[in-house]
Amino acid sequence: MSATDQPLLSVRDLKKHFPIKGGILGRTQAMVQAVDGVSFDVRAGETLGIVGESGCGKSTTAKLLIGLVDRDEGDIELGGKSLGRDISLRALRRDIQMVFQDSYASLNPRMTILDSIAFGARVQGLDDPVGRARRLMARVGLDPDRFAGRYPHELSGGQRQRINIARALVMSPKVVVLDEAVSALDKSVEAQVLNLLSDLRAEFGLTYIFISHDLNVVRYISDRILVMYLGEVVELAPVDMIWAEQAHPYTRSLFSAMPSMDPDNRTQKPPLTGDPPNPIDPPPGCRFHTRCAFAADVCKARHPVLGPMVQGSPHWVACHLHDPASGHPRAGQGVPA
Amino acid sequence: MVQVTTDIPVVPPAQRGYWSGVLSRLRRDPVAMICAVILAALVLSAVFAPWLGLADPYQGSMIARLSAPGTPGHLLGTDEQGRDMLSRLIYGGRLTLFIGLMPVVLAFFIGGTLGIIAGYVGGITNTIIMRVVDVFFAFPSVLLAIAISGALGAGVLNSLVSLTIVFIPPVTRVAEAVTSGVRSLDYIDAARASGANALTVIRVHVIGNVLSPIFVYATSLTSVCMILAAGLSFLGIGVRPPEPEWGLMLNTLRSAIYVNPWLAALPGVMIFATSLCLNLLSDGLRSAMNVRD
Repeated sequence: MSATDQPLLSVRDLKKHFPIKGGILGRTQAMVQAVDGVSFDVRAGETLGIVGESGCGKSTTAKLLIGLVDRDEGDIELGGKSLGRDISLRALRRDIQMVFQDSYASLNPRMTILDSIAFGARVQGLDDPVGRARRLMARVGLDPDRFAGRYPHELSGGQRQRINIARALVMSPKVVVLDEAVSALDKSVEAQVLNLLSDLRAEFGLTYIFISHDLNVVRYISDRILVMYLGEVVELAPVDMIWAEQAHPYTRSLFSAMPSMDPDNRTQKPPLTGDPPNPIDPPPGCRFHTRCAFAADVCKARHPVLGPMVQGSPHWVACHLHDPASGHPRAGQGVPA
Repeated sequence: MVQVTTDIPVVPPAQRGYWSGVLSRLRRDPVAMICAVILAALVLSAVFAPWLGLADPYQGSMIARLSAPGTPGHLLGTDEQGRDMLSRLIYGGRLTLFIGLMPVVLAFFIGGTLGIIAGYVGGITNTIIMRVVDVFFAFPSVLLAIAISGALGAGVLNSLVSLTIVFIPPVTRVAEAVTSGVRSLDYIDAARASGANALTVIRVHVIGNVLSPIFVYATSLTSVCMILAAGLSFLGIGVRPPEPEWGLMLNTLRSAIYVNPWLAALPGVMIFATSLCLNLLSDGLRSAMNVRD
């Protein structure tokens, strides 16, 4: 990566293992490997979509980024400054904000909307928190004169999510993590909020990390897509490239699970069977080999490393199929059609 | 009938605070209002007893012992030492209400604080606080109150201390349960994500959302506390004679139950009425505090 292409947010080897306590003494019985060695870069103004099935560590990754969950290992760098070494968590939180999935639970029911939005600005000691909050309310499409004194239960889901977005923007952050931010909305409202998010990104020069399970939504808003499986990154590629070719067998199954728009073209057989393995005791080697149609002996033995498919390609994948030197019988041939 | 659900946002009548909304809802509850009026009358008469022109509650008369309610000069009769019952009941309200309410107020603050800390911080802090609380829960509250009072000795202050100790654990437990529920909600995460420290998050986001259930629970404890306080006095380990106190009066008039049952029942009626009113009022408060009704 050249100097001109300095990433805004850089995550290296992020790890979070949750202990499972049990027994009379409450000793740690096992560790859930929720996030296990996740690395990625996000450039300024870019939107990185993170996809994966439930329990793959998407939300934990999001919470690790803003320190709601303490990381066990790994580095988070924002604008070249490392969290904990160069900048404090409090300072980081001014630059990274988050929008949660549940629009109702993420607003204090006893607080007026204006106060909810202004809270962050007050805490960070920014000037004119109320003015900031009112301007942002207007910007997300809620008239401050009508809505400022209302309580969350008086608003609809879409209105509340607009408020949550305004709340996230009140400190003028650089990065906004959207954790399933539009998933709970119905389709028409979802489209409106997505358009609002695109407009805001352009207007405020924001960088998004957009977490979702809805591939169409991710495709619409993202520049690049990161696919997670069992706490690891399995594929990372620009949106057009991944749409054209899903390099990892898991990504392929994930994409083929997307319902087709054409009713004559419905998938009849499930693209992937069974549940993901238990993250307490993930399979050795490639974590996907238990469900992979192309698993060979090397997949059970060796852990594939995330790397470019071809030298210099922005399409990264962690699969032995794409590494000619891996020893996989079909290595270098790619995923069979 | 077709169930029509409208999605029109409810416009609040005016920009009002939360507590004024609670009050206006409470005002529309007739039972709660009657109870509030009775309690207010009891409290006011107890506070202003010296200015009500009552007979001296300590001045006995050997001739006028145990006279029935309705005797001229003694509206509610006289007790076993010929002291005016009306006066003693009103003066008795001072001590009874004080040691009935104060322990709950103290327990509300101490237990509430402990519970909110335990619920918000979690982990080892929670374990330490809640396990200690559990120890106190092993004893029935009456037994615990008697044991502590017995150890400390009789007297108003000691009753206060023992009853406060009795009521801290239940308040703590309720506060902890409510707080840990609120703690897991996204708006707490959002507040933390904005860079606020734990104290600010608790002050701004937690307290407002946990206070009403804790408060309602505490009000429901006041009736229990009054009965326990009266019970301690009845057993002779609470307030000491000749102080007028309802529980103590119930005890000393017990022997008069065959001579003049009405007289003996009066302090009991007072305890019963007060605790009933407190219970009904706390019920009313609970529904009035539910914002989304």
